[in-house]
Amino acid sequence: MLRLQNISVQVTTENEPLAILRDVNLEFKPGCFYAITGPNGGGKTTVARAIAGIIPVSNGRILLDGEDITSLNITERARLGIRYAFQNPPRFKGIEVSTFLRLAAGDDTEAKTLRRTLRQVGLCPEEYLHRMVDTGLSGGEMKRLEVASALLGAKRVVILDEPEAGVDLWGFEELVRVVSQSHREHPDRITIVISHSERFITQADELIVMAEGQVQSQGRLADVRTTLMEELNCRWRKQCQLEEDEDAVECHR
Amino acid sequence: MQLNAIDENLLKTIADLHGIPQGAFNIRKNGQALARSSTETITIEPKQDKPGINIRIAPGTVNQSVHIPVIITESGINDVVYNTFEIGAGSDVLIVAGCGIHNPSEATSQHDGIHEFFVRTGARIRYVEKHYGEGGGTGERILNPVTILHLEEGAYAELELVQVKGVHHTFRRTEVHVGPRAHLLMNERLLTHEEQTAESEIHVHLEGDGSAGEILSRSVAKGHSKQVFRAELIGYGKCKGHVACDSIIMDQARIQALPALIANSSEAELTHEAAIGRLAGDQIAKLMTFGLTEQEAVDTLLAGYLK
Ligand SMILES: Nc1ncnc2c1ncn2[C@@H]1O[C@H](COP(=O)(O)OP(=O)(O)O)[C@@H](O)[C@H]1O
Ligand SMILES: [Mg+2]
Repeated sequence: MLRLQNISVQVTTENEPLAILRDVNLEFKPGCFYAITGPNGGGKTTVARAIAGIIPVSNGRILLDGEDITSLNITERARLGIRYAFQNPPRFKGIEVSTFLRLAAGDDTEAKTLRRTLRQVGLCPEEYLHRMVDTGLSGGEMKRLEVASALLGAKRVVILDEPEAGVDLWGFEELVRVVSQSHREHPDRITIVISHSERFITQADELIVMAEGQVQSQGRLADVRTTLMEELNCRWRKQCQLEEDEDAVECHR
Repeated sequence: MQLNAIDENLLKTIADLHGIPQGAFNIRKNGQALARSSTETITIEPKQDKPGINIRIAPGTVNQSVHIPVIITESGINDVVYNTFEIGAGSDVLIVAGCGIHNPSEATSQHDGIHEFFVRTGARIRYVEKHYGEGGGTGERILNPVTILHLEEGAYAELELVQVKGVHHTFRRTEVHVGPRAHLLMNERLLTHEEQTAESEIHVHLEGDGSAGEILSRSVAKGHSKQVFRAELIGYGKCKGHVACDSIIMDQARIQALPALIANSSEAELTHEAAIGRLAGDQIAKLMTFGLTEQEAVDTLLAGYLK
């Protein structure tokens, strides 16, 4: 079980404290597949970064199977089996795909496992293993590689942040399949996918809707559908549409 | 001829050599020739008027290599060498130079290698030069290489100039004259740390029609080290040139990058780019999410960058 208890994240911008997560409480059960969705800026990525230890929390606790991991750094959490595929994967000058995957998977991983994972995300090993993980790869190729690297090393928790972004339609189906397959192959793993895509959302055992730094609702798809529609459509849209003739530029949120 | 463990380690680091190489070579140790060998097509002879060697590669020699490493294990040595390379028309060879200094004492060890290449019509060379210093003493390790190339019509030269680590001060000068339809590709890699200083000055003259030159420099400055990089591309006719210098700056280091373009003809196409920046936080974070420590992540990033 992965638990977020009263998690708040604050950052300082222009000397002003800004709350980007406010009192978030979430529970993720082993073996379950979760989707987090909600409008841009809602705090989804921040939740993922807080779980991976990339951003410190200003309040609250994170527990993994009862162990308080709030004060552990990124490395220590990774070694407990937490993996996070970034929304915007960084590029690396001079590092080959094969080296990158080996770093992700650990030295004792067989070469054929690396090749298989690469093939599963739609990257042909022959073509890609010796390419550099730099600006020579397209956005979609980077996302596929990012997903492959996270799935390879994940033991207990894997979080994929908008894995479908930039991936072509054909590749998208493959991606959904490989993520669910990997989830099924690891019975105790917690899989969390941040996504706007219906395909991922309908795969999930449970859906979490986040907006304005808070969890708006959580549950089975049918149960949260109303909130979802409201959030994805912005509560104020009707108001904005009324004003459109007057060229309203002000946001009501 | 005897190689001890220190010699062997230096040779491995700078020239990727395990013991005495095959083919043509010249190994210089502490200012003297330690071993030398010529082949049918590659002759190596000492100069008569000053220290250094003449390396002559017969026209049409292909798939051969020459190793001419220099190692210094005594301190207080100030070694100056003049090496001249005659690369015959139509040949295609690999030349591996490099200098390794082991200085455990208080006195300075210095090596200034002046290398001049005449790359004749249509010949191709790959020239690899690595610099490396080690030894726990306070004595400084100084390397001031000068590399001059004359590329005749249709010649091709690929340079790989690397400072691995442990060099206190370096002043590197590279001058290349690129003839008609000749091509130069120059890769420079520099690492400085602690109180080290490095200055690299590059002049590439694109002299003939259809000449092309590309200079790609990557460096990392750590500690309190200082680097200055000056690269000048000078175009005279219908030519193409590009210079890119890219640096990672860390700790309290300082870097100056000064690429310059000089066009003496409206047909010269010259471009440059330069960037100095820190290691990106998300690159370090990404590798840490694989379980690497922060230090391991930084080391992995730098090793890749300088490869
Ligand atoms: N380090 C930061 N500094 C300032 N603002 C941030 C920082 N990280 C995130 N934010 C802001 O917090 C909000 C939530 O961001 P994020 O978690 O990335 O949202 P989502 O992934 O749901 O789109 C956004 O408005 C974003 O601009
Ligand atoms: Mg996001």
